Amino acid sequence: MAQFESVQTRKSLLTGDEAVAHAVRQSNVDLVAAYPITPQTIIVERIADFAASGAFTGQFVPVESEHSAMSACIGGALAGARAFTATASQGLALMHEMLYAASGLRLPISMAIANRALNSPLNIHNDHTDVMGSIDSGWIQLFAENAEEAYDRVIQSFRIAEAVNLPVAVNLDGFTLTHSTEPVEMLSDEAVRGFVGRPPKRDSLMDEAPKSFGLMSLPDSYQFFKEDQSRATTGSGVTISQVEGEYVKLSGRDHGALKIFGSGSKVMMVMLGSYAGTARTTARQMKNGGEQVGVISLGWLRPFPERQFLDALEGVETLMIMDRSVSYGAPAGPLASDVMSLLYRYGIKRKVIAVTYGLGGRGFLEEDAMRLFRYAEKSGPSFESFFFYGGE
Amino acid sequence: MSDPRVRPVGPYPISQGGWHEGGSSKAYVTNDWRLEKPVVDLEKCVGCLYCWVYCPEPAIDLLDRAGKGPSKVRIDYDHCKGCGICQQVCPPKAIKMVPEEEEVANNGSI
Amino acid sequence: MEGNSKLSQFQPVKSIFEINREERMAPGHRACAGCGPMIAVRQILQSLDVKPVVISATGCVEVTTSTYPDSAWLVPWAHVAFENSAAVASGVEAAMHALKVRGELKEERPVIALAGDGGTFDIGLQALSGALERGHRMLYVCYDNEAYMNTGIQRSSATPFGAWTTTSPVGKEWPGKAEIKKDIMGIVVAHGTPYAATASISHWKDLMTKVRKAVSQNGPTFLHVYAPCNRGWRFEPKDTVEVAKRAVETRFFPLYEVENGRYRITVPVAKPRPLEDFLSLQGRFSHLLKPENSETLKELKSIVEERWSKINAAASVQAQV
Ligand SMILES: Cc1ncc(C[n+]2csc(CCOP(=O)(O)OP(=O)(O)O)c2C)c(N)n1
Ligand code: SF4
Ligand code: SF4
Ligand code: SF4
Ligand SMILES: [Mg+2]
Repeated sequence: MAQFESVQTRKSLLTGDEAVAHAVRQSNVDLVAAYPITPQTIIVERIADFAASGAFTGQFVPVESEHSAMSACIGGALAGARAFTATASQGLALMHEMLYAASGLRLPISMAIANRALNSPLNIHNDHTDVMGSIDSGWIQLFAENAEEAYDRVIQSFRIAEAVNLPVAVNLDGFTLTHSTEPVEMLSDEAVRGFVGRPPKRDSLMDEAPKSFGLMSLPDSYQFFKEDQSRATTGSGVTISQVEGEYVKLSGRDHGALKIFGSGSKVMMVMLGSYAGTARTTARQMKNGGEQVGVISLGWLRPFPERQFLDALEGVETLMIMDRSVSYGAPAGPLASDVMSLLYRYGIKRKVIAVTYGLGGRGFLEEDAMRLFRYAEKSGPSFESFFFYGGE
Repeated sequence: MSDPRVRPVGPYPISQGGWHEGGSSKAYVTNDWRLEKPVVDLEKCVGCLYCWVYCPEPAIDLLDRAGKGPSKVRIDYDHCKGCGICQQVCPPKAIKMVPEEEEVANNGSI
Repeated sequence: MEGNSKLSQFQPVKSIFEINREERMAPGHRACAGCGPMIAVRQILQSLDVKPVVISATGCVEVTTSTYPDSAWLVPWAHVAFENSAAVASGVEAAMHALKVRGELKEERPVIALAGDGGTFDIGLQALSGALERGHRMLYVCYDNEAYMNTGIQRSSATPFGAWTTTSPVGKEWPGKAEIKKDIMGIVVAHGTPYAATASISHWKDLMTKVRKAVSQNGPTFLHVYAPCNRGWRFEPKDTVEVAKRAVETRFFPLYEVENGRYRITVPVAKPRPLEDFLSLQGRFSHLLKPENSETLKELKSIVEERWSKINAAASVQAQV
């Protein structure tokens, strides 16, 4: 932490967690309330360091649980402040009730989720079980493929949240991203502060005229609130793109709603998070060898980037959809279910193979990607459309 | 049958996140909760404010809101629920509870 | 944290006529006729000249005052959930401080977290403990109606020994609630909280003075307010204040304060009334007055005496020092 001041504007070696902590330090955040959990701990520790040294100018509230972390962020946001927290796994699960409160109250809160498996059995390693359990809690869900993307998306999250009045989560894979050191090109403090500005004035507990927040709604109004919230979430993509568009001018980095490699290939692997890099490297090699394979890596899951995804289907025959979590007893994993319902709704027919893999930190190497690509290329009429892939 | 996609109009405007200006409950009338109503004998009332301090609603209007001394009171019959606490706590027994149907003169303050 | 300097000046309530007459609650809320907790809320809010921010936990007070689009609150107010009013209030307090440092907020408001006994003694205990330990400047008010009333009179750890509730029913095997009331004040005081006090809606002057004293402290404070519920305790709505008064006069609910660890009984009860005077007004204790339950009644009486002696002893030790 000691060296951050000298590395502000140039490439520095940071873990994903450290990159997130720097993004928070630079983003004029008023309140950080957080509780430690592996693999998110470094985020909290670094922000505490920044607070101790005066580099972080907001309030750091070391709460006694994740439930209270989100509760305190909600209180802070209700008072008009910019609030941030970070968690993972069990912590996100403990926070679950408050996730709905934050979104239902339409509060701009930002959170980093250091994705990790859920108990039981206990496992501290990476998959997407935590976020998938909360996917319908009304948060905008962004995914990073690397530490730099996590940094960029956290900075953007404040602007997005405050523009659409919805909370935003930035997901980064536990250990793979949170604990691996990568080159990250941080923007200068001034550039970030200028970009995020201060939160726009909103109705708050500090207003002179007393306002009441979180009223109880009866059947005559509840559905209207939910419909309103749903429209706001679905429509937030425009704002996310606008904010990123502005950010690109500073950083030159455009992560977008999704990243496509091998546009129009016959087989497309659909992925979330850091393992997309492995699939892409593999696809590149296979493409060089004349095979028609590519990768769609989703940067947003909520809102689902419908238009961008459908645009990416031109020329594609098979979608191999890769889930790092299980929806027990469901027709497919959660990401595959999302994609299939999107296709069906638009009357688009593609062969779909739903694969569950990488649970609890199970690895995904190039040879794994290759085996799966080959299966998708070759699978005949009797192909297995939904299976667990566990490697060799 | 009409188009199911047409959104019905709710009974009130929907605020973002379900907030509202405070104090709006005043428009909601609870007078039909009562079986009995309090009637204040202004001759007996010494303006001690006890009924006001103990009324859960509040449904006791202070005739002297701006003052700093004793104030006689008037019942807010739109909101009084007829609990009878004011009658119980009134030191000079200036309040009596009468059946709701009973006509009372002078807006309940006699 | 510094907060608002005006708030630091403590003025005890000397006369009813100095109380703020501008209403802080609007009528039209849906609390039952004669609701004790609503009396508590009104007394707390009228005792202050400034408008605090109130964070309500789920429960009767919250539900009955906030049916969209109707709000009874004439102070800034929010409800988030049942178990976290202390945590939400922590966030409000920290945020106010951050905004003040940035020059975006002129004056911090007092923050009051308001929860029932269920939201305090049971499900909210962890959040309360965390907030007390972190030292946020806030007043935490527990209005105690001795059960989960909003969900239909289920027992909480604040329900007294022997009381009937829908989950501590009276039967051949059960005497009503078999466990004693949790000593929440003891728990709070053990945090080193600068100011903690009990209060009763029957003793408005004592209650209001304590609210003012609490709000003047530069740290977390706690007020445990006895607030009878006529629906749950089974008595007539007109008797709400009387029941609260008898709780004090029988030593069933002692009124005291603990300031920086020093105990003081604020409403001494030299000659307590017989406990039956309190019990007999309430249906929830009616079985205790039957001959077959005389042992249970005896036990309850000794619990009450023991509680009083403990507090009295703590207060007298201090008095000698
Ligand atoms: C997490 C959670 N569990 C349970 C409930 C249901 N619930 C709502 S209010 C309440 C009881 C409240 O009791 P108390 O805090 O004593 O307040 P009172 O209603 O008595 O005023 C319960 C159990 C809830 N809202 N949230
Ligand atoms: S009867 Fe009850 S509600 Fe009506 S004015 Fe008296 S105390 Fe208030
Ligand atoms: S309590 Fe009785 S005497 Fe006192 S103000 Fe009310 S009506 Fe008048
Ligand atoms: S049930 Fe009891 S606490 Fe709840 S509103 Fe009614 S009287 Fe008040
Ligand atoms: Mg209760």
